[in-house]
Parts: sequence; structure tokens; C-alpha cells
Amino acid sequence: MVRYFTRLRVRRIYKWGGRPYIFDRKLKSYGFEYLNMSVEGQEAVTTVTPGQYILIEGNDDEYPFVAKLLKLFGDESHKQKKALVQWFLRLSEVPQNKKLLLGRSPHPQEIFYYLGRACDDEINAESILGTVHVQHVPEDTPFPEPGTKDTLYVKLSWDTKAFNVLDPVLMQDTSASTPPKPALPLFTPCASPTATPVSRGPVHHALPTPDPTVMRRAGSVSDTRATMSAGKRSTLEAESIHSASKLSASKILSAKRRGSAADTPGVRKKLQLSIGASPGKKMTRADVLCELLDEEMESEKVVSLKLSSSVSHSLQHGCSLSPMRSGCKTPNGQRRFPWKLTSISLDRLSPTALGEQDFSSDLLLAVIPLALEDEVFEAGLPTDAGSANTPKKRQATPRRNYVRGQKPTTPSRRKESAMAIREPALGVLAEEDSEDSPMQPIALTPRSKRKSAQLVSLRIRKQLNLLDNTQELISDGDDDCFVPSKKELQSSSDEEKTDSEEETVARKTRGRNCKTSVRTPHKTPSKKKELQSSSNEEKTDSEEETDSEEETVVKKTRGRNCKTSVRTPHKTPSKKVTPSTPRCATPCIPSRTVPARQPGNILEEARARLHVSSVPESLPCREQEFQDIYNFVESKVMDGTGGCMYISGVPGTGKTATIHEVIRCLQHASDMDEIPTFRFIEINGMKMTDPHQAYVQILQKLTDQKVTADHAAALLEKRFSNPAPKKETTVLLVDELDLLWTRKQNVMYNLFDWPTRRHARLVVLTIANTMDLPERIMINRVASRLGLTRMSFQPYSFKQLQQIITSRLNKVKAFEEDALQLVSRKVAALSGDARRCLDICRRATEICEHSASHPSSAGLVKMSHVMEALDEMFSSSYITAIRCASLQEQLFLRAVIAEFRRLGLEEATFQQVFVQHRTLSRVEGLQPISLSEGLAVCQRLGACRLLLLEASRLDMLQRVRLNVSQDDVLYALKPVRD
Amino acid sequence: MCTLSRQRKGSIHELVQMILRERFCHQRLPEKPVGMESQHKHLLELLRRTAVHGESNSVLIVGPRGSGKTMLLNCVLRELLEVKDVNKNVLPVHLNGLLQTDDRIALKEITRQLNLENVVGDKVFGSFAENLAFLLEALKKGDRSSSRPVLFILDEFDLFAHHKNQTLLYNLLDVSQSAQAPVAVIGLTCRLDVLELLEKRVKSRFSHRQIHLLSSLSFIQYLDNVRSQLSLPQDFPDTKFYDEWNDSIKTLCEDQLVVDVLQSHYNSSKDFRSLHLLLMLALSRVSASKPAIKPTDLLEASRVCMVDSKANILHGLSILELCLIIAMKHLNDIYEGEPFNFQMVHNEFKKFLQRKSHSIHNFDKPVVIKAFEHLQQLELIKSMDSSTAKIQKEYQLMKLLLDHSQIMEALQKYPQCPTDVKQWAMSAFG
Repeated sequence: MVRYFTRLRVRRIYKWGGRPYIFDRKLKSYGFEYLNMSVEGQEAVTTVTPGQYILIEGNDDEYPFVAKLLKLFGDESHKQKKALVQWFLRLSEVPQNKKLLLGRSPHPQEIFYYLGRACDDEINAESILGTVHVQHVPEDTPFPEPGTKDTLYVKLSWDTKAFNVLDPVLMQDTSASTPPKPALPLFTPCASPTATPVSRGPVHHALPTPDPTVMRRAGSVSDTRATMSAGKRSTLEAESIHSASKLSASKILSAKRRGSAADTPGVRKKLQLSIGASPGKKMTRADVLCELLDEEMESEKVVSLKLSSSVSHSLQHGCSLSPMRSGCKTPNGQRRFPWKLTSISLDRLSPTALGEQDFSSDLLLAVIPLALEDEVFEAGLPTDAGSANTPKKRQATPRRNYVRGQKPTTPSRRKESAMAIREPALGVLAEEDSEDSPMQPIALTPRSKRKSAQLVSLRIRKQLNLLDNTQELISDGDDDCFVPSKKELQSSSDEEKTDSEEETVARKTRGRNCKTSVRTPHKTPSKKKELQSSSNEEKTDSEEETDSEEETVVKKTRGRNCKTSVRTPHKTPSKKVTPSTPRCATPCIPSRTVPARQPGNILEEARARLHVSSVPESLPCREQEFQDIYNFVESKVMDGTGGCMYISGVPGTGKTATIHEVIRCLQHASDMDEIPTFRFIEINGMKMTDPHQAYVQILQKLTDQKVTADHAAALLEKRFSNPAPKKETTVLLVDELDLLWTRKQNVMYNLFDWPTRRHARLVVLTIANTMDLPERIMINRVASRLGLTRMSFQPYSFKQLQQIITSRLNKVKAFEEDALQLVSRKVAALSGDARRCLDICRRATEICEHSASHPSSAGLVKMSHVMEALDEMFSSSYITAIRCASLQEQLFLRAVIAEFRRLGLEEATFQQVFVQHRTLSRVEGLQPISLSEGLAVCQRLGACRLLLLEASRLDMLQRVRLNVSQDDVLYALKPVRD
Repeated sequence: MCTLSRQRKGSIHELVQMILRERFCHQRLPEKPVGMESQHKHLLELLRRTAVHGESNSVLIVGPRGSGKTMLLNCVLRELLEVKDVNKNVLPVHLNGLLQTDDRIALKEITRQLNLENVVGDKVFGSFAENLAFLLEALKKGDRSSSRPVLFILDEFDLFAHHKNQTLLYNLLDVSQSAQAPVAVIGLTCRLDVLELLEKRVKSRFSHRQIHLLSSLSFIQYLDNVRSQLSLPQDFPDTKFYDEWNDSIKTLCEDQLVVDVLQSHYNSSKDFRSLHLLLMLALSRVSASKPAIKPTDLLEASRVCMVDSKANILHGLSILELCLIIAMKHLNDIYEGEPFNFQMVHNEFKKFLQRKSHSIHNFDKPVVIKAFEHLQQLELIKSMDSSTAKIQKEYQLMKLLLDHSQIMEALQKYPQCPTDVKQWAMSAFG
């Protein structure tokens, strides 16, 4: 998606549009037809109507929330604007641990229909950012290959527990059930996403250009549909791709303003030429429409279409027929529209609103390549009959039914869905015109289902010639025409493609098996430039022909451009395998060739169970602590509030394990729908290189973004301080808190401050070893925020340790009872560290195994084995080391003690000790050693840390101290002397 | 070397030299580590379990320098890799505290040795934080039964404990204590107090297994060891020479002179490295004309090994420099080891010239200063104050880095030392 935050500062203005249609006396609320959004300082306006898919401001600028707008309403005072929505989830919003449930790699553009109940579906309407295109993809159909940026696909639903196949009815129902909806009988669920115009209002001005490849791709989509059978048609199309693909929706404005006219006459000419060729084929219907259009223009921009069936005056239609230029070319000045390119725009503007505006600017272009005039009529039909003043929102979709001209509506619906399945519905904004057009959402529904496209285009063409033949063509006219056009397409778009291709390729090679993403945002700027200039081209291009009424033409050409701009040559899909590769491939230790052997006998089994890493079925001896933490977290999650807790305890007392257990239980509870869902994030002070990395890790785990520490801090700050319409509680575990200490303590400060924010819904659990950490290292304002919810894990008592071992062994009989008790008592006396206890037991099983003559004959672990293990682990090795030292080394130690006694100090220089050493060796009858040798002896003792030495560059002046007590040394030396 | 020996037929000594030098200089692994059978078994068992069962472990091998820690480990690894199940299953990662001086370098090295860089591609390898996250993620993804076990071998383990926050150790040990990819962390260190270096939470995660290599080798075993080290292997091509050589070695080890030499070596240090040095020196005297090691060779080698490092320097000094040293010795006697400066030494030297000297002429002061500076360069004297720049050269406080015995010994052996100088040196006070 696009990034918003650069321009997010821009204030948006929201205005109700239309009349309040519902007056709910009880709630004192009005329902509204639509909502106009505009950006301060700009006049462009986006309209949002119920039934549309909208983007809602969230914590994540890059991925705003997606929802379907069901209803707009405000309270009596009109101060609060609210909206009722049906949520959609992105994968990143699905809890980390549930993502696997998807069972496949998600499509980058994929969203899920949200069936959960945890999220409030009433939102502040002012958090709406804009609209988006959503398309339903049936379960068994693959995603449309090259995902375009602006279309999201929904395939599955998510009910907080599992992904389910989305019932298409749901998509339908939600939209159909909304009161303000026009009763469109033929509204199909699949069609609705395609038909929903993507309104690109002011918000979209802020959007960076979509990736050109995407544009092109989208272009191809419409191309496939819109391409006519005629060969020259395809050249036309190709050309328009060429120019249109460069057309960047977001850049048009600025480009326009700059007015730099990088005109490419060639392109235009071709366009004109090819377009000009079509008028001859115009049909009566075309005439009707043309007339209507003329009428529209003449009658101050309000189109009232009089249709045979029924007439809706209230319905304002912008009929944007893209190759409008043809109209200019016609000798008699009458505009003719080649029907295949006809785009119908149904606007949701109220007539009044329309009236205020220039027609051309008001024109809502719903570019529906296949739209025939019937569609227009149809769209007008159902609702508007009488109420001229109640503008109804009109879905462009129903028109589809008329695509097939004479065909009855029902089959078409089916076909619709079939078509929609394959192709992304792409909303591309073509153009806004500018400053003065408050709204022109241009909806484009490209559908690239090729066959149908061809078919339809063929049919259209025929229709222009012989209306009757359509049916026939449906059956047989499928295959021929598309290929050449495709070729053309490719060749013409090659030029632009190269860039992006290079990019893609470059990226591919760069991050061979990881980190490839086609949509690297930083690459785009250069592309944008191009787009701008090309849009300029377009602009000037069209402006040449502009006079008062031809503004429409401009718009229409643009409309067409926009349509074409969305096309991609068919080759691209292969290039675009990249989106499916994750942004960062996760590294992995290669898997073993030979499977790990399972424990063979009881001792091995016991050893496996006693390993610290094995997760026990339950955590004995921490019931109270478990309960306290559980209650704390649960209450916070239930209330949707935040809080901090500080947990202290010496290492190996089960702090982290207990919290993990709590989270497991809570997650289970939330799976059972007993409590709302929440997210669990864990960071560890020891697992980061710098305290500020905490921000990076938290953000990465929350949203999968990788940013710098400062940026991450800012984003998190924003996330936790702003109210977001849809937010789960976040449970954050901060292990080894003391390592997050910085001089200013800003990391700790933030961690403890966020939960106190009103909208944060953050629960922070912190762990450290010392009980008085808050008092000791935290400055007051930090300690105060941490609060007084503290818990201390006492070291395990011997009984608890014994229980832990027993529960781990779980009836595997490997230890004698006494042996266990000895271990637990010993460890409890020393540290109460459960890890130590388990390690000793494990070692004891090994000793037991070795002592037995045959591994399988080893019996129970006895006292003696445990004793041996304890000795190994706890006995100091100094005495053994002294006993094993060479004679001269022992002598040197004695000399050191002798010198200490002589001096009365615990420190002497080597020189002094060496004198003693020499005398001693004389007494012992040994040959005195040289000074160098003496130094070597001293250094060896120093390396073992029996002696503590100064730096060796001081040579014989270095000072010597003992690292062991004199008594120990004498004790160790005595037996040797005897 | 091999081809060389084959080219020159009959140069059987070349072959002997080659075989034995490989043992002494190239740390060729012995068939079986001597005197550490239990430790060997323990370590082998431990690593085998990691390799075969995927059990994570951590262990420290502690022993003084030259006690055979690395040798033991290498023997175990060699043996481990001979097992077929294990051969392709383990990923050893060797780190050395002297090379990987901080965690950043260590992480890069680990990534390199695990061949994970290809995952990163040729993207410039990211920041330290990314590296860490990367590695942790890699290890986290594995699990006990499916990932290959990784053996982290940390040589000079104690130096890793000095890294900031002990991040690397914490994470490695944490992995070894949690259900992630199976790892074995093997630390080699000579520090007996290494556990005290570990932070408490790091320490808690360490399994507290320590394998101590403290050789309690008796002299008899030591002698045996010498014999086996010098003996030729059974697959030696020339059987006649083989018998001769091994017999000569046997008699050599029974020679009283040799036993004395070895005894004094044994008394000084039991480690293999110093023994190898001694034997190497003796071996280098073997040639075609001198087909076996003689006791005198060993004696000579021992003398070279034991020689005082400063004696030779003293022998090379000029008379003037020697006189200055003697003057310093007297000053040390007078002031009981307090530091002195050039002026004091010069005065002492002048006194000697005036009163006792017959053979030595007066030197100009600059000449004496030059000699004094030379002594300083040789580090026979050492300046005591750090701020050398401020004080004039003549008044800088110095200390003598020589023992009296060294000076007297040097004087005895000094070629053509004037008698009056000798007498001055031996007299009690200047």
C-alpha cells in the first residue's frame, strides 16, 4: 500500500452529503447518503458512500485498516460523524501465532473478512482515509497474478480462531443490508467490489504513485477487455498504454500545475487516428447517448437521462466515454462514442452538488469498459424514479447485466462473478481534474478475464454494426483478436517496462532468496518523474482540444487513459513472482539428514524430560504467582485498559516460564472466546544490542516493519497514543529489564508510559532479577510509572524443587527418592535455581549410565551418583589444580605465602617472591631455576588464576597476589609434602 | 616434504624428522589422548548425544595451558565425525576469543561458518542488531528433532565473558536451554575461576558441566610419554631402521643424564608443549651422520630451554654499560630497591673511577648518557614515572630489572672482564 504519513499532517475536512434520510428518534441520529472528504487547502473532494470499501486510519500508516462502509450517520448536533463498518483484516493484524493457520503464504494484497466480535464496528467517520478496491476471490481460484497495489482481495474470513472460506453471500449481504443503499436488484457480491468506484479524492493526492508495473498491469487488464478485434484498435490501445501507464494518479495535479508540456504528438496522433476510425460504426444507441451527453453538457452539467424504462432525473450520470476525441473529429460536430470504450460513471453526487460544479469536474467517471448505454439506463432504473432530490447511491455494477445487451440479467450475474474472480478490480484514479473538481471518484473496473473481454468487445463491435449478432459472437468469437494486441502492448510498453524490469531483476539478484519485493518504495521516485511528465503530456495533449465542452473530452480521454494505464503486458506476471516471496526470508539451520534418535531407555527418557528446554505439562509450585499474573493480565485484556507489572526473582525461579504459561492459558481462553483477542509480544534485554533496539523489535513484532530505532519509537508513540478504531490489547513481556537502562532512561520511560495512555491498551510485564530495581536504577518519574504492581518470585524450596523434578519425570522411575531429596536440598541451600537442579539430575543419570557395565543394565540413579554429580558441579577445582601443579609451581606458591608472612602483606613483587623461591628450592634440594623460568612458572599460575598478577610488561617488578586463601594452598600442598 | 624424502633415497632421517616434527610442531593428534580417558569419554558421550539425540548441552573444558584441551576436543571431534550418523549431521562452529574480540565479529563469523550468508545474499551484512536478530531467528526456527545440531566451540572462553553484557554467551546458552535448534556450547579456557566471570543469569543458563584437565601425571608416566613421543610408528617403511631407532630411544630414556634433565623439566612444568620444545631441539641435531639422539643432545637442548633470557643480553653489553649496571646494583643495595636516576648512577660510577679504577678511563657525560639510554632501550632498566616528558632525562627515576644473581652470573661469564670491575661488583658497598 501507499504511505500516508508524509502528508498526513494535512487536515482533512469531512462533510455530510445529501439529506439525512433516517431520523432515529431514539438515538437521535441521522443517516446520510454519503460523506465528502476534502483536504484543507484543496478543493478536490472525495465522496464516500455506504457500500464502498474504505481505508481507515490506523496505527500503521502504510497499512491502514480496511473495511466496508455500511452506514453513515451522525447525531443530532451533527457534530459527531460516525460510520458503521464491516471490518476486513490484513494478515499482519492477525495474531502472530495464528498466522500459520492460513496454511499458505498470503497474497500481499490479501485481506480477510472479519467475523469476530471483538472489534467495535462503529467508527468515527473522520478516521476514514479514502476508498479502496476490494475484490472477492473464491476459494478455489488463484489470486489474480500480479497483484495491483490498489486492489485488495478477499478470499477467506477470519473469526479470530480460524480462516474459513468466505461465503460470497456475506459480501453481498453486508452491502445489501445497508439502508441507504439503492435497491439494486442485480447487485452481485462479486460485482460490487469491481463496481465500487474507487474514489480518489484529496487523500489520494497524497499518495505516491503506484508502482508503474502495477499501473501497466492494470492497464493490461482493461486492455484485455477493451481491446477490440480490429488490429488498429490494438495499436491504439498499445499507444494509450504507453502514455497512460505513465500517468500517475497522484501526480497529475502537480504535473498539471507545472504545466510543463512534454508533448508527444505522435502518440496523440495515433490515438486520434485510431479513435477517429471508429465513428463510422456508431449505432443508434450511441447516438442516443451522445445526444444525452450533449444534453448534459448543455444543461449545465446535470445529466438527466431519459430512458425508456424509467427516468431518473435525480441520477446524475457522468458518462465518460473515453475516446471522446472522436467526437471532435466527427464532421458534424457531434460526438460519437465508440462503444467499447464507453465508460459510464455513475455518480453519487446530489444534483445540488452537481449544480454547483462544473460539469466536467463533477463528472464521476466510472470507467467501465464494457459499459453500454444500457447500463446507464439500468443504473438509473431501479431507484430514482421519483425522488429527484434524493440522490441515491448507485452501484455501477448492475450495468453488467447489460453487457450482454439482450441477454437476460440473471446469467450475467454468474458470469460477472466468474470474471471478477480472476481479475483484480482495479481502481485507478485517473484524473482529477484539478483544483476545481471537488470530487470525481473514478471507478474503473478492469476485468481481465480475457475471454469474456474479447467476447464482449467483439460483441460490442458487432453491436455497433449489427446489433443482432451479439449472441452469435458470444459463442464463437473468442480467440482470435487478443493475441496481436498483446504483442503490440508488449512492444509499446517495453520502454517503460525496462526500468521496472531492471529493478525487479536487480532486486531479485540482490536478495537472491530473500528480501525481494517488487514494491520497494524507494525505487519509485524516478518512475514517478516519468509518470508525471507523461501525465503532463496527456494533459497538454488533451488541452489542445479543449474548449468549454471539450473539457469533458479531456476528462474522457483521461478516463480512458486511466483505464489503459492500468494495464500490464501479459508478460509481467512472470516477472512478478517476487511479490510472493517474503520481504525477508527467514534464515534457518539446515535440517539434519539422519533423524534424531529417540530416547532408548529409562535413563535417556528421564534425561530428555529433565532437560530444561522440555516444556512441562504444567508448572508446579508457582500456582499463586500464576494466578496473580493471570488475573492481572486477564482483567486488563477484558477492560481494554493497560498496566504495568514488575516481576523479580533470582535466575531459574520460573519467571519467564510462568508468564509464558499465563499467556498460553489466556490465548486458549481467547480462542474459546472467553476473553477478547490480544497480541503477545516478547522482547528480551539480553537479546538486543542496544536498549533502543527495543522499539525496533516491538514494532517489528507488531507490524512486521523494519525501521530504525528512532523511527520505530515515533511510530510506536503514535500507535499507543492515538485512538484507533480497531485495536486489540497488546501484552508486552520485557525480559531482563535492567538491560534497557540508558542514561536518560527514555526507553524504560516510554515502556511504562504507554500503558497509561488512554487508548494504548497495552499491558507491560517486566522481568528482572533484583527486587529493588525500580528504586535502585530508575529515576523517579520512571519508577512512578512502573507503579506498585510488583511480584517477587522466591527461590524454590527443596520441597518445591523435588516436586518440580517429580512432575517432570512424570512417573518415569529413574531416581531413588533419597537421591532426589539430596539434590533438591543441596540446590535449595545454594541458590534455589531450578535449572541447576535439573542439570544435576541430568548429570547424575549420565554418571549412573556410565557406572553401569552395560547401558541397558543401568538401574536407578542412586545417592552415590548424585553425590558424584554434585561434587563435579559444586566442588572448587582450585585444590585439585594445586595438587596437580608441577613441583616448581607448588614451590612458588609456598614462596608466595612465605613472602606474605614475612612482609605481613597479602601482596609482594615477583622479585621478592623469587628470592624466597630460591631459598626454598635450596632447602628442598632442588636445583634453583633461572629468573626467566621462575617468571614462566609465575605466569602459568597466573593464567590459571591461582595467582593474580599485574601486567607482565613490569617483568620482575610485577606484584603477585593469591587468588585462593592461604589455608587452601597449605591444605592442598600438605599431602603432597608428606 | 614427503616427495622430497622419496626423491633422495636413503635419506631416512628426513623421514624421521618429518614424522617427529609433525608430532612436535604441527600438533598432530595422537591416536588416543594420554592420561585423560575419563574426560575423553565424558566429552565424547556428551557431544554424541547432541549429535544423535539432538540434546542441547553446554560444557567447559578447563585446564592449564598446554594441558591438552584443544587436543582432547579435536580427538573427540575426529572420533565423532567418524560415526556415520553424525558425519553429515553436525555443524561445528569454531570461535576464538582472541580472534572474535567482540560480539559483532563473533556473530559474523558464526553466520559465515553456518553458511547462512547466502540467505542474506550479497546485501551488505546489516547492523549488529540485525545480525543478532538474524542468528537468533535462525536458531529459533530449528527444533530438537529436525535441525542439525550446531557445535559452538569457544576457544579462550573467558575472553567472551568480557564482551559487553555477555550477549553472545547469554544467547548461546539460552538456546542450549530452550527448545530451539540443538546446540552444544563447548568452552575452552585455562581459567579456573571462569564461572565467576559469568553474569548470574548467564551462569544460571550454563549447565555447570566442567571437564577439568589437570594432569596428575607421575614422572614414570612422563618418561613413558617421552619414549612414545620419540618412537617411530609401526608403519615405518624401513623396519631395520625402525628397530634401531626405537632401541636407541629406549636406552636413551634409561640414561641417568637424560632422566635428570627430564626430571628437572617435569618439576618445572608437566605440560606437553614445553616437552615438545625440548624434544624438538634434541631432534634437530639428528642427521645422516648422527643417526640417533644422544643424551648430550638432550642436555644441550635443555640448557637452551632453561637459559636465562637476560643473560645473553648482558654478555653483549659494553664495559661502560656493565659498569653502569654495577653502579645501579650498588644503589639498589644502598637504598633498598628505591628507584634511582641517571645522576645518581653517574655519581656512583665517577666514585668508582676515582677510587678504584685502574683500567677504565673517564667518559664524557654525553657518552654515559648514551649508554644509559641504551640500557633503557634494552629494558634492563625501566622508567618509573609515566610522565617522562616533563622531567629531564638525567633525573628520571628508574628501576633495575635485573636480579643480583643475574648480574653476578653475567660477570663471571663476561669475556675479558677487568678485575677491578669484578671486584667492584662484588664489594658490599660501592
